[in-house]
Amino acid sequence: MSAITLNDNNLKQIMSAPETMPSVAAPPRRTPYFETESGKRLTEAAASFLKQAIPPILGMLLFAALWAVIANSNKSIPGPMETWTSAVQLFSDPFYDKGPNDKGIGWNILNSLYRVGLGFGAAAIVGIPLGFMLGRFEFLSRMLSPIISILRPVSPLAWLPIGLLVLQKAEPASIWVIFISSIWPMVLNTAAGVQRIPQDYMNVARVLNLSEFKVFTKILFPAVLPYVLTGVRLSIGVAWLVIVAAEMLTGGVGIGFWVWDEWNNLNVAHIIIAIFVVGIVGLLLEQGLMLIAKRFNYD
Amino acid sequence: MEKYLQIENASMVFNTKKGKFTALTDINLNVQQGEFIALIGHSGCGKSTLLNMVAGLLDATDGVLLLGNKEIRGPGPERGVVFQNHSLLPWLTAFENVYLAVEKVFGNSESKTQLKARTRKVLELVGLTHAASKLPGEISGGMKQRVGIARALAMEPKVLLLDEPFGALDALTRAHLQDELMKIVAATKSTVLMVTHDVDEAVLLSDRIVMMTNGPSATIGEILEVDLPRPRERLQLAHEPRYHELRSNVLEFLYSRQMRPKEAA
Repeated sequence: MSAITLNDNNLKQIMSAPETMPSVAAPPRRTPYFETESGKRLTEAAASFLKQAIPPILGMLLFAALWAVIANSNKSIPGPMETWTSAVQLFSDPFYDKGPNDKGIGWNILNSLYRVGLGFGAAAIVGIPLGFMLGRFEFLSRMLSPIISILRPVSPLAWLPIGLLVLQKAEPASIWVIFISSIWPMVLNTAAGVQRIPQDYMNVARVLNLSEFKVFTKILFPAVLPYVLTGVRLSIGVAWLVIVAAEMLTGGVGIGFWVWDEWNNLNVAHIIIAIFVVGIVGLLLEQGLMLIAKRFNYD
Repeated sequence: MEKYLQIENASMVFNTKKGKFTALTDINLNVQQGEFIALIGHSGCGKSTLLNMVAGLLDATDGVLLLGNKEIRGPGPERGVVFQNHSLLPWLTAFENVYLAVEKVFGNSESKTQLKARTRKVLELVGLTHAASKLPGEISGGMKQRVGIARALAMEPKVLLLDEPFGALDALTRAHLQDELMKIVAATKSTVLMVTHDVDEAVLLSDRIVMMTNGPSATIGEILEVDLPRPRERLQLAHEPRYHELRSNVLEFLYSRQMRPKEAA
């Protein structure tokens, strides 16, 4: 009699032997995720992110703490928590509309952005070409530089009465203020950029005998673009800075007037929120332009 | 001797704040077609000024410059210039930088496909086919200079003007590019005028070395025939007595007869 009796059971065992047979070498241990390449990369990224994130987070916490201390000693200023609840409430319905003096925060921001966009856009349309011309033609530059030097340091709001006088209405007057105060950085930076084009590039243009059109599209414009974008960035900063003050004086729907309105309502939490909103929107505008500028930086 | 590039009694006077400054005076030089000329001298001797006059970037105050019996007036693509600091446009790829020149010179007579083929061919000549789509910021200094050479060659210039083309490169890259330049010049039979302050480079590459006296009022001090047979091989030349003789001739001119002037205090 054979030592092994074949029955269904051990037959199955034999048939499936290759799988169940204990292999000579132990199967390679599956490397834990954090020891694999991608795992290591993840931990490294997390570590460097933490290193990057700790200082700003710490700064914010300290700021909030300082704010809380001040709010504690001065009852008229709401603390961080109170402001936060108020902000949550405010932003839960940003686009309500209850008549001209009571609109959601979203409408106020959009209205201010719209004015900034118009005034700043007009400034760009006028300022950048003007900057190119000032940079290219020495005569023009010498002709206009005294005027620019006098007008540039003028406080933006000093332009408001002139705007009101000429334009007769508050809305275009505030756009005018944005225009006149944000045009200078673009004019001056563009002009500086044109003047600082390396002589080498112009020599290339001369040796190749490029047409004026080619000189502009292939050399002047790309060479000056980083300067233009710096000007644009500074300008939009100024424009956003000015809009709050201009709207306080001219009224209408907008973040600046909203601040004034809330001051009249003695709603200090909203004023603090407005300060943060203005700061964050300004930061976003600037960062957005930084991203664009990075794309055109060839150094 | 057949004159191709002629410089006759040329002088260059700059108007500066301190009055007139005579940079070059009484320059006379005739260059044959296919000749390789090195201009050597101490810095400030006006060798780059002379090159820029041939390029047409500067107008001679006095005298005449002729190329192929035509007076040189202003810059033009029949004189391809390779600048010291490559002068590539950083927003254009290597291909586009060269294409800009090709399009300018041949754009009226050739189709886009032909222009692109030309560009590719000249990039291949300088060994940069693989880097054609790279921006200047993404390639090494040596490669940038090769793109600069390709751009100048692509115009099929009557004369190639090199302004210390390898001055900013490290010694190994420089040697490599010198060898390549020799091959390219042999293949294209270009007429070359090259400014250098490197004695070895001048002896290795050129047919004649034009040695300039110190400025102000610099002029050509001496012209040395480099009668070494071509093709030249860097390593063999090191054992060649004639090479060392020529080399010491240049050194002797530069350091004994034209001692570097004391820096004006």
